[in-house]
Amino acid sequence: MENYNLVIIGGGPAGLAAAAAAKEAGEDSILILERDNQLGGILNQCIHNGFGLHTFNEELTGPEYANRFIEKVKDLNIEYRLHTMVMDISEQKVVTAMNRNDGMFQIQAKAIILAMGCRERPRGALNIPGYRPAGIYSAGTAQRLVNIEGFMPGREVVILGSGDIGLIMARRMTLEGAKVKVVAELMPYSGGLKRNIVQCLDDFGIPLKLSHTVVDIEGKERVEGVTIAEVDNHGKPIPGTEEHYSCDTLLLSVGLIPENELSKDAGVEMNPITRGPKVNESLETNIDGVFACGNVLHVHDLVDFVSQEATTAGKNAVKYIHNQENKNAKVVPVEAKDGVRYTVPVTIRPECMDDLLTVRFRVGGVYKNHFISVYLNDERIQHRPRQIMAPGEMEQVILQKKQLLAKYDLQKITICLEEK
Amino acid sequence: MYDVVIIGAGVSGCAAARELSRYNVSACVVERADDVCEGTSKANSAIIHAGYDAKEGSLMAKLNVEGNQMMTKLSEDLDIPFKRIGSFVVCTDEKERGGLEMLLERGKKNGVPDLRIVEQDELRKMEPNISDDAVAALYAPTAGIVCPFELTIALAENAVENGVEFKLETTVENIEKTENGYLVKTDRGDIETKCVVNAAGVYADRFHNMVSEKKMTIIPRKGEYYLLDKSAGQHVSHTIFAQPTKMGKGVLVTPTVHGNLLVGPTALDIENKEGVNTTYDGLQEVGQKSGRTVKNLPLRDVITSFAGLRAHEEHGDFIIEEVKDAPGFFDCAGMASPGLSASPAVGKMIADMLRDKLNLSEKANFKATRKGIVKASTLSIEERNELIKKDPKYGNIICRCEMVSEGEIVDAIHRPIPARSLDAIKRRTRAGMGRCQAGFCSPRVMEILSREVADINMENVTKAGGKSRFIVGTNKDRW
Amino acid sequence: METKHLTCIGCPMGCSITVEMEGSEILSVTGNTCKRGDIYARKEVTNPTRIVTSTVRVTGSDLTNMVSCKTEHDIPKDKIFDCVKALKGVTVKAPIKIGDVLVENVAGTGVNIIATKNA
Repeated sequence: MENYNLVIIGGGPAGLAAAAAAKEAGEDSILILERDNQLGGILNQCIHNGFGLHTFNEELTGPEYANRFIEKVKDLNIEYRLHTMVMDISEQKVVTAMNRNDGMFQIQAKAIILAMGCRERPRGALNIPGYRPAGIYSAGTAQRLVNIEGFMPGREVVILGSGDIGLIMARRMTLEGAKVKVVAELMPYSGGLKRNIVQCLDDFGIPLKLSHTVVDIEGKERVEGVTIAEVDNHGKPIPGTEEHYSCDTLLLSVGLIPENELSKDAGVEMNPITRGPKVNESLETNIDGVFACGNVLHVHDLVDFVSQEATTAGKNAVKYIHNQENKNAKVVPVEAKDGVRYTVPVTIRPECMDDLLTVRFRVGGVYKNHFISVYLNDERIQHRPRQIMAPGEMEQVILQKKQLLAKYDLQKITICLEEK
Repeated sequence: MYDVVIIGAGVSGCAAARELSRYNVSACVVERADDVCEGTSKANSAIIHAGYDAKEGSLMAKLNVEGNQMMTKLSEDLDIPFKRIGSFVVCTDEKERGGLEMLLERGKKNGVPDLRIVEQDELRKMEPNISDDAVAALYAPTAGIVCPFELTIALAENAVENGVEFKLETTVENIEKTENGYLVKTDRGDIETKCVVNAAGVYADRFHNMVSEKKMTIIPRKGEYYLLDKSAGQHVSHTIFAQPTKMGKGVLVTPTVHGNLLVGPTALDIENKEGVNTTYDGLQEVGQKSGRTVKNLPLRDVITSFAGLRAHEEHGDFIIEEVKDAPGFFDCAGMASPGLSASPAVGKMIADMLRDKLNLSEKANFKATRKGIVKASTLSIEERNELIKKDPKYGNIICRCEMVSEGEIVDAIHRPIPARSLDAIKRRTRAGMGRCQAGFCSPRVMEILSREVADINMENVTKAGGKSRFIVGTNKDRW
Repeated sequence: METKHLTCIGCPMGCSITVEMEGSEILSVTGNTCKRGDIYARKEVTNPTRIVTSTVRVTGSDLTNMVSCKTEHDIPKDKIFDCVKALKGVTVKAPIKIGDVLVENVAGTGVNIIATKNA
């Protein structure tokens, strides 16, 4: 069995930033395991621009953003293995992985960072009725075919779901010569960023139909058409509102699910809302020395935040390896309430946090002119107005260590939305 | 001139082909799809019934019980998964308990072993997620689960190994009586044969009616299903049926041999023999009914839904016989449930009839066993490394949900019935069968298929043959 | 006076911006939360531009068949399709470095197409 102090599962944006941060924090024994043929993860197929404004103060494409971190990892001489699939992680932090050259091998790690990213929800998760012909793709699969392989998956396209990948693919397919007829969204609001609605749909006159879903897929061999219908408040199709679109392709952009099968098998406790691990302020899971960051922890809207979060995970993993963690620190739960769907982290040890701690969350609906409030026990310590908040965009609050420590009887931190 | 042409490469046709291949015979199977197991056989409950359901004295009852008994040996011979997990018929209303007694009696008469009624305490111990309303259940320990694809494919491959030909993507258009037998006219030419076996599923009536004056009607009965993620696969450990009551038939909840959970089916008679679409109402119905026997079903873990057609003959029994006014033409029709369970016995019955009809002699070198694709995920580290040393492709994972390696996919492409489409590869290896439903692996499997097969390239790879292409062109080709 | 409502695409915040105009003269820009928004809004109502991203075929790379690329600067919105059409049939040879010019002066815009990926 091989030994590394830190094994990072996944060489996408989260894994790369975590590795770089760990190395910069003084850790030399690091190994990144990546299943694809290159580092960079899903960014390699996200050829559109809009990445990196927060991190680099300029607008990069996905491959360019990835490359900044790839170069950094290479400059720092961090070890990585490509084409390598992690098959199992044990509670004792033994990582079992496999590739063509090394076969199946095991590594004893002192700390592990989970950075496996997420996957797309398939059609089945939505129970869309109809036939099951060729021509139904998740938006990410179509993105790979077009951007990496150079193949057109269809000519006449209907897109279900207005998540960012769906919006981005509406533009990509249009620019490659396909006709995107409509984007239907089940919810009364888009799941994607506003800028993407403008520059991916509005620019090309592609209609976005909110509160609509696909109720039938026709075509036995290849998609021949889909029927969409308006839905009521419960997401149930309203009879009589059906509209038929002839098309050869249905793209689905209906949500992302953190890829946590390895984590669950290892015994990592999950948050049922995010479908990612429950973590504390150090981004450490219930298993000592197992950390999580990026989309495997919760689905992010911007890669910049993934990189920030991963940096935190990388630093904290190094602290853990060098026994700098305070095992007896008081644990305070963070409660998500009144419109706040979840928070990351779910617990905070004030003694262990940095001077400033970013708590990220998403809201459960569209909220106009609300306040984001933070309570320590019953005392409100933050009350910040926000013009508009929507589920497609992540929100955050920043907590101060000294403020939390000052509250000597701190039992609970609550983050909620308030009207006044 | 063939001795036998079998129309239809579903589980009945392939079982018949495999049993027939014990004899010195020239036989071929004609199938319109690009693979075996493409019709009724691929979309069903994947269970091997114990045999208490069918009416006493019926062919269904007889062949179900026999087929069930044959399954253990057959699964070993063919290297396919089969688990005798047992089933419950759950009674949720004290007043309906008599129905369980009736099934118990019928089962005994049909020759089903070890049937008994379990009371709620024992039932709850055996199946903790059983509905709180459950009062008792009929327990059938001989019931089992199987993978219908692997069963059918294994039967077909073993038949090929023993000399049966398969003509895929070949549609039978007409059948004419000749002096010595039949002329089977297909879109790929005419085939002369002494005997025909009509195992055409929902189309069995069409072929029967081409040769017989006594007309037959097969009604496609649609059943819709949910397949749940493996994370839900342990929710129950037996096949759970709802007791049929005046409230209707209910749906079953069962683990699959691969560790998923299957819920369904509905039962709706339809006209369209191609109507394998799921419907809004049907899927809703499955969801609503599933709670009757099993509590806390995690329906949010659904990874796919599908519909299958059962080939229901109006008189409600299997029809396996030589057609009276068409000597040498054998029907294997009305193969609705328990057609999968009965299939080993059905195959044997048909082969026996043909042996007698054609005076076939047994083959000296019949090969009864077949080796399946290695299931790399079940191997130990040492075994796997051995395999990777021989062929590094087994170290390259392509389908990350089901952990299927490139080696397994390449094997599937080069087997006795070669996989030529993504669905065919999926049914053999499970690549694309998992929770992401091929989102990740399909471009990679397409690449492997186009690399391995001379006349397949990325642009003509299909999902399931015919016009089911994934790719329609290259970037900017229409500008 | 004419009022135009825009959603800023300068960054993912997507600020709602209101531009008041008199003919072609911009009277006011409100709703933006940064300078970038002001610039975007003024440009969007007079001469809207976009960065265009795409791919071209690459030969001789063991990583990929396609190399991603973008316009080095934003180009007029109504030139987007001319730009992608000009990339039809373009094939480049590996090795390619990020920033390499793949097509000069694309579709007469005066803007180059540059690689966004090493290949």
